[in-house]
Amino acid sequence: MTNSIEEIEFSDAILAIGTNTTENHPVIGSCVKRAIRQHGAKLIVIDPRKIGLVDYADIWLRPKPGTNVAILSGLMNVIIEEGLYAKEYVAERTEGFEAMKEALAKYTPEFVSEITGVAAEDIRTAARLYAEAKSASILYAMGVTQHSHGTDNVKSCANLAMLCGNVGIEGGGVNPLRGQNNVQGACDMGALPNVLPAYQQVANDEARAKFERAWSASLPAKPGLTIIEIMDAAHRGDIKGLYIMGENPMISDPDLTHVEAALKNLDLLIVQDIFLTETGGLADVVLPSACFAEKDGTFTNTERRVQRVRKAVDAPGGAKADWQIISELSTKMGYAMSYASAEAIMDEINAVTPSYAGITYGRIEKEGLQWPCPNAEHPGTKYLHRDKFSRGLGLFTAIEYRPPEEVPDEEYPFFLTTGRVLYHFHTATMTRRSEGLVERCPESLAEVNPKDAEKLGIKDGDFVTVTSRRGSLKVKASVIETPPEGTIFMNFHFGEAAVNLLTNPALDPVGKIPEYKVCAVKVEAA
Amino acid sequence: MDQKLSLTINGKAIEASPGQTILEVARENGIHIPTLCYYKGTTNVGACRVCVVEVENARSLVASCCMPISHGMVVMTNTERVLTARKLVVELLWSSGDHNCLQCEKNGNCELQDLVYELGIEKPGFEIAPLEYSIEDTNSMIQRDLNKCILCGRCVRVCNEIQVHEVLDFSMRGSRAKVGPAFDESYIDSNCVFCGSCVDACPVGALTFKQARFKGRPWEIEKVHTTCPYCGVGCQMDLNVADGKVIKVTTDREYGRPNQGMLCSKGRFGMDFIDSPDRLKTPLIRKNGELQEASWEETYDYVAKKLASIRKKSGPDSIAGLSSARVTNEENYLFQKFMRAVIGTNNVDHCARL
Repeated sequence: MTNSIEEIEFSDAILAIGTNTTENHPVIGSCVKRAIRQHGAKLIVIDPRKIGLVDYADIWLRPKPGTNVAILSGLMNVIIEEGLYAKEYVAERTEGFEAMKEALAKYTPEFVSEITGVAAEDIRTAARLYAEAKSASILYAMGVTQHSHGTDNVKSCANLAMLCGNVGIEGGGVNPLRGQNNVQGACDMGALPNVLPAYQQVANDEARAKFERAWSASLPAKPGLTIIEIMDAAHRGDIKGLYIMGENPMISDPDLTHVEAALKNLDLLIVQDIFLTETGGLADVVLPSACFAEKDGTFTNTERRVQRVRKAVDAPGGAKADWQIISELSTKMGYAMSYASAEAIMDEINAVTPSYAGITYGRIEKEGLQWPCPNAEHPGTKYLHRDKFSRGLGLFTAIEYRPPEEVPDEEYPFFLTTGRVLYHFHTATMTRRSEGLVERCPESLAEVNPKDAEKLGIKDGDFVTVTSRRGSLKVKASVIETPPEGTIFMNFHFGEAAVNLLTNPALDPVGKIPEYKVCAVKVEAA
Repeated sequence: MDQKLSLTINGKAIEASPGQTILEVARENGIHIPTLCYYKGTTNVGACRVCVVEVENARSLVASCCMPISHGMVVMTNTERVLTARKLVVELLWSSGDHNCLQCEKNGNCELQDLVYELGIEKPGFEIAPLEYSIEDTNSMIQRDLNKCILCGRCVRVCNEIQVHEVLDFSMRGSRAKVGPAFDESYIDSNCVFCGSCVDACPVGALTFKQARFKGRPWEIEKVHTTCPYCGVGCQMDLNVADGKVIKVTTDREYGRPNQGMLCSKGRFGMDFIDSPDRLKTPLIRKNGELQEASWEETYDYVAKKLASIRKKSGPDSIAGLSSARVTNEENYLFQKFMRAVIGTNNVDHCARL
């Protein structure tokens, strides 16, 4: 997030696109609702599904799945056409405006309406609402990123925000809501194939040299493979050993049949987790780890706030904290790691990670600090890009709409889109072991629009077979107005109706994110 | 704007800002006024009258939580008249509900119990026909005993004004007044999303966390301040530990950002997994096709040798590692360090994209 969570409540307008906030980030959902109920903020919701926030929206745009670039381009077209953009801000703080303007010219509300199915007048109304707000916050989540054009979607959000002077101000910004407790931190710490901690490029000689000195080791210069590429390489036999810590790709990755074949093709699969997951079941070695309540450390939240995790109870049996397991294994392999505590590791992180340099356990004892926090006196950073962008000028990108890789056709006539539900989390290894949550949501349901249900001849609670080009599964149908006609929604929490048997592994060319949000399926009464 | 008003409370001269209530000013200045219905951050309703004080020249006692200060105001918080009124209010509350502390989860942490003690009330002085609500225990998360409810409305306000779930409200009138979801539905049948904030807000034992019942009394519980392990909001919360087990999750609004005391159903009720019998307790190595228990020493030996032999035969880039968005920064840092410095590959990623 460029802003902080606390700022959302005081934004004049909120544009929520591709985020089912009240289910996936419920506490932020409450902030949005407070902004509307108590502070008179305007809310624009852009989502194919009738999500919870729709009830609070001033206007709801319901585009066809996979058409975010078109709808965002339509908003910008109106804002430029009607002269509603922040001319001074664009002139002083950005570059690339003219090229973008040219690319946007054809995205008139009428043209966008043809692509998205949203009425032209609604596009105009939403554009004015967003542009006329003094501070406007764009909230987005995986509904924007998990597309074969996810990077274009994100850049379109950034374009829109900069166009209206809505980056680098209190309450105005581009705010991805991160879906996992420490996905921000895992990225910050360099658990990515192309960067070291704090996004220092592995290909950069200077950055590498710094880490080689700090770690007394020589480091490879060639960027590595991403998760989907790793699976492909394992499938081909190029990756022979895979060490998985705290992930469950046998449920979470796209095209599970392919993933299973890839994992079975390995010479060595090590899985380190708190439960024997679907992935662990295929492993050669399973290492039992402590869960968050059994160890010390830090998580970094979606607003870049580094916060303490504290040990409350002992780990069961011989389970150990992940940092202890890695240290002991490393030492066994001849590279000594002898940290006395999690805090000792943070001391090392402070030394090599400029944005975390001032974030020590002592300083975050009571309240977390937001990076960048470059030294021990720095108060942390509430919102980013205040007076100038990290790169200097904000760069507009000219973007053309591309349809999703797979769209419905005669054989597979429905869109399938996927996501989470309020009561479960990701592959549900934790939430499905919690009595109350299971009570509230005991099984996987495929949401089917009532009109589609009628055509399919099914009632609420009937089983349906959902089939894509990659697989097929049987699931109970929930006949409900939430998805639009022609679109099925499924969550990916339940292994027995693993929706990722169906999803398309088509990747965004830059972000390498799979297109979970759109694929084509057929649906039949089972 | 910055103009201060002068007033006295219990003879002490105080300066405060216009718009502040007597209660706020008193608390800022270390002067105790008890409250029940007052809940910071929500509308001041003045419902319980426990916070009444005497204001010079006022016609009657005033509810300090609702009364804004004015210049020259003279406030007394502990006169005979105030204490008599306060005592009467508490005595009526005690008389009109089933306040049996023996088996109550709130014993030792109950605001009504505290007031009875503070005001030295020996026993309830009124004969009031007992309420006969049946206890709602139809879900495993929140137990509701309306016989203990004092109708302070804190649960209603936290549900509508803080979490904005808009589920709870008052219904009926007079002695039949009660609090709950629309149409008198039970929590589990209503559109309640089980954030549990109403339980945190309840000053008495009317709303309690069901799973924690009889697992530990307030003074036996250790609260460990930590960060929720689910989504990216990073809610601050307290794991309540008794007898070496996490028995419930509560919040502390004093922790402030990012969640200001709010939680969702996952953070609140998604902790059973910690103590699940399915937890892995020992390393496993696949032998003859079966995963079999092994010691750490044997496992480290096995893994180290295998990794070294793959690296020797096929090069470091034939090995890859998936780190995790679920574990700590310290562990992610070590994992990528291990892959890069020890194995010698940049093939390290995690599920950021999934």
